[in-house]
Amino acid sequence: MNKPLRRTSVVVMVMFALLLVNATFSVVVRESNLNARPDNRRVRDAEFGQDRGAILVGNSPIAETEPSEDRFRYQRVYPHGELYAAVTGYYAFDYGTSGLEATYNGQLAGTDDSLFVRRLLDLITNRPPTGATVQTTINAKAQEVAHAGLGKYRGAVVAVDAKTGAVLTLVSTPSYDPNALASHDIGNDGEAGKAWQALLDAIGEPLRNRAVREIYPPGSTFKLVTAAAALENGHSADEEWDAPEKLKLPNTDTYLPNESSCGGDKINLEQALKVSCNTAFANVGIAVGADALQEQAEKFGFDARQLADLNGVASRFPDNPDPAQTALSAIGQFDVAATPLQMAMVTAGIANDGVVMKPYVVSGIRGADLTPISTTRPEEFGRAMEVSNARTLQRWMQTVVNDGTGRNGQIAGYEVGGKTGTANTTPERPPYAWYTSYVRAGDRTLAVTVFIEDADIERNEISGGRLAAPIAKAVLEALL
Amino acid sequence: MARDIATGPPLAPTPGTVVVPRKRRNTELVLLLVALAVGLGAWFITHLNVFNAIPENWPMVVGVSVALAAVAHIVVRWRIPYADPVMLPCVVLLNGLGLAMIARLDLSMKAQSAPTQFMWTGLGVALFLIVLIVLRDHRPLQRFPYLLGLVGIVLLLMPLLPVIGHEEYGARIWVALGPYTFQPAEAAKVVLAIAFASYLVERREVLALAGARVLGVDLPRLRDLGPIALMFGASMLVLVYQRDLGTSLLFFGMFVMMLYVSTERPGWAILGTILFAGGALAGWFLFSHVQVRVDAWLDPFATPDASYQIIQGQYGIAWGGLLGRGLGLGRPALIPVVKSDFITAAIGEELGMTGLMAVIMIYALVAARGLRTSLMGKEPFGKLLAAGLAFTFALQVFIIVGGVTRLLPLTGLTTPFLSQGGSSLICNWILIGLLMVISHQFRKPVATIPEIDPDTERTQLIGAAR
Repeated sequence: MNKPLRRTSVVVMVMFALLLVNATFSVVVRESNLNARPDNRRVRDAEFGQDRGAILVGNSPIAETEPSEDRFRYQRVYPHGELYAAVTGYYAFDYGTSGLEATYNGQLAGTDDSLFVRRLLDLITNRPPTGATVQTTINAKAQEVAHAGLGKYRGAVVAVDAKTGAVLTLVSTPSYDPNALASHDIGNDGEAGKAWQALLDAIGEPLRNRAVREIYPPGSTFKLVTAAAALENGHSADEEWDAPEKLKLPNTDTYLPNESSCGGDKINLEQALKVSCNTAFANVGIAVGADALQEQAEKFGFDARQLADLNGVASRFPDNPDPAQTALSAIGQFDVAATPLQMAMVTAGIANDGVVMKPYVVSGIRGADLTPISTTRPEEFGRAMEVSNARTLQRWMQTVVNDGTGRNGQIAGYEVGGKTGTANTTPERPPYAWYTSYVRAGDRTLAVTVFIEDADIERNEISGGRLAAPIAKAVLEALL
Repeated sequence: MARDIATGPPLAPTPGTVVVPRKRRNTELVLLLVALAVGLGAWFITHLNVFNAIPENWPMVVGVSVALAAVAHIVVRWRIPYADPVMLPCVVLLNGLGLAMIARLDLSMKAQSAPTQFMWTGLGVALFLIVLIVLRDHRPLQRFPYLLGLVGIVLLLMPLLPVIGHEEYGARIWVALGPYTFQPAEAAKVVLAIAFASYLVERREVLALAGARVLGVDLPRLRDLGPIALMFGASMLVLVYQRDLGTSLLFFGMFVMMLYVSTERPGWAILGTILFAGGALAGWFLFSHVQVRVDAWLDPFATPDASYQIIQGQYGIAWGGLLGRGLGLGRPALIPVVKSDFITAAIGEELGMTGLMAVIMIYALVAARGLRTSLMGKEPFGKLLAAGLAFTFALQVFIIVGGVTRLLPLTGLTTPFLSQGGSSLICNWILIGLLMVISHQFRKPVATIPEIDPDTERTQLIGAAR
């Protein structure tokens, strides 16, 4: 009987060996996938109740955790309420995360691979991981000024350092208070659930990030791109362009009117920019052509996603427009659409003598013990304009502020350049108001774009210069 | 049968020499202390982790635990001093760890199952002691193959009876007696193992006589195979009817293995494997509940509702990682039925894969000791019974732990000594009692009888062996 018994013993040995091999396989292969699944409550609860890292503006937190007495051990707190919601995003149990809370979840939670050594120590000591701190580039004072300036308007403000691409202000209104969404009172009937539903029902869609995640027709501010395309494609500053009161669009029966007088039948680009002359710029657009316009727009950052940290979207220049559509595109209408961030990049690129910097909002990550883990280096997006052309355009933008539509943006004692915009969407709804400008102070060059979606006022009264320029001015003054 | 014992090879290796195996009872005592420390330690650590205090009723629990282990040890010394010294500490450790885990799960589930399980442990040890004291020798069990076969089948049929039969979790495998429910399949496992072993040993020579030849296997004549085929067929039918896949697989494996060992014909093992594959395939085509199990095994996330338990078990094991969350610090209560079928997932979560592997190794140790007992014995019934019990024990661990860790499709079985449930615990204590009795019989010195060569004697001695 012993021979079959020995064979049986081998079978038993194989069975136990299979159990052990499978157990090893579980740890080595299956574990990480299982822990990454969104319906894994153990991971979600543990992360939600974790001592999550802070998000900083300067030295003060705009998101941090506080010890909590309930089943989640730590409560996420946003000391400034709705002020920084567009930057931090929200951190909710049932509704996921957004903004930096989402993008830097691994670092904030302390589970990212960059924190490997610390995690290894945690594993050995069986300690829950502590999160890293995310340092932002936001300027607290300017952020407050921008938020207060927009007030009840629906809109956005984005300010960047033109030389580095660092985002200094990022506001989207109406905003929301992420504290309510982070509540530990979870479930549809809890505080978090009610707050979420209220935000979904709210007028003005507060959860939309208008600064980086929504695109709008940029209107006349896009004339900066058209002017840049003209200069870059060999049209001289002195060249004069037809500026009729209304322009019959090629191959159509539609006429494009001017909002106001352009100051002559034939004007140069400086004059056209100063008074924001539609017909002149439509002619420029037709002359340089759709391809050149698109190429110029893409050099400034169109058609590419910007600021991935906040899940930013790409601004759009239409593909293959016909001549009439090209004429409309040249003045920022038709299918041209841009984020406020994108228009700030255009302005910053011109102000930075033609070099466009990649925008970034996180300057560095530090461990829980404040040791730096990573630091963001400013990076060039690319050269959009020759230096001389950029300087020419800067001069024209200064003319706009000094003598043109952007007078409300003047700052005494500083070189300021800007461009207003008013974008018609449909006849039923008010147009969008834009203002984008830069200021030079010593070796600093700052750019800001203000966008107002719906000012709730008379149609003919709205204009970028009147509503948006004062906000831009206040933000730049705060930054100086 | 009597012939077998009388003319079989002597139990001592060579005539005339007296080999006295070491009893190793002191080794058992030391190991028992370690085993007790593990089980009670797990309970203390749970309370320290959760409440930052030791449990209030600790003197009682420690006292009773130590007393139970001490009584078991003393009775082993008294009745079966040559028994294997490793088995008892192993099962005390498993039983203790199971109790600690159930007590820990009670905390999360606001339940009170640990005291009941503790009581069942006491009953299990009592029955273990009865096996040692009353039985002491396994050979009398050999006398009733038909009776035990009948008892086994009746046990399996009990859940189908109207008043006492009871269905839980979609399987009608329970018998309800007042407040207690009982899984008769656990008892049938031991009873049928004895019945199979005695029948097969009694008939093993005639079974080896060739009848028809099927698929290259010489089948025994039908009249020899008939009774056991009937016994086996009836039990399989009942289990399949009760949708108890795990137990069917367990009994099938036990039967095939014992047939193979007793006849020494590999054809049985091959035929058994083919039959199993065919049966499994047919089951998959015929029964939706088999398909559900297989789908949940292959890709649980494709059917998250149907696979909820297996997914939660997997999450628990993943959450535990290599070293575990620590007793009381995981969330094993998220797994449905965690106290019985999925207790190893809870161990994986709180003691980590390291802890789970250690538990698997302890099971392997028990199985290895049982098989070793079988290998070193000379007497066929004891050999076959020990091998059958040890193999069944191992197979049960393989099926349930493999099911929980997604090595195999999940089929419900209890995890021996760990799972909540009295019937499983008691029957496994009896099983260990039988294995230890057999190992005592095989290891005890037998040369107290003078070895006499009858041919050299003037007067022949007749039938004096033993």
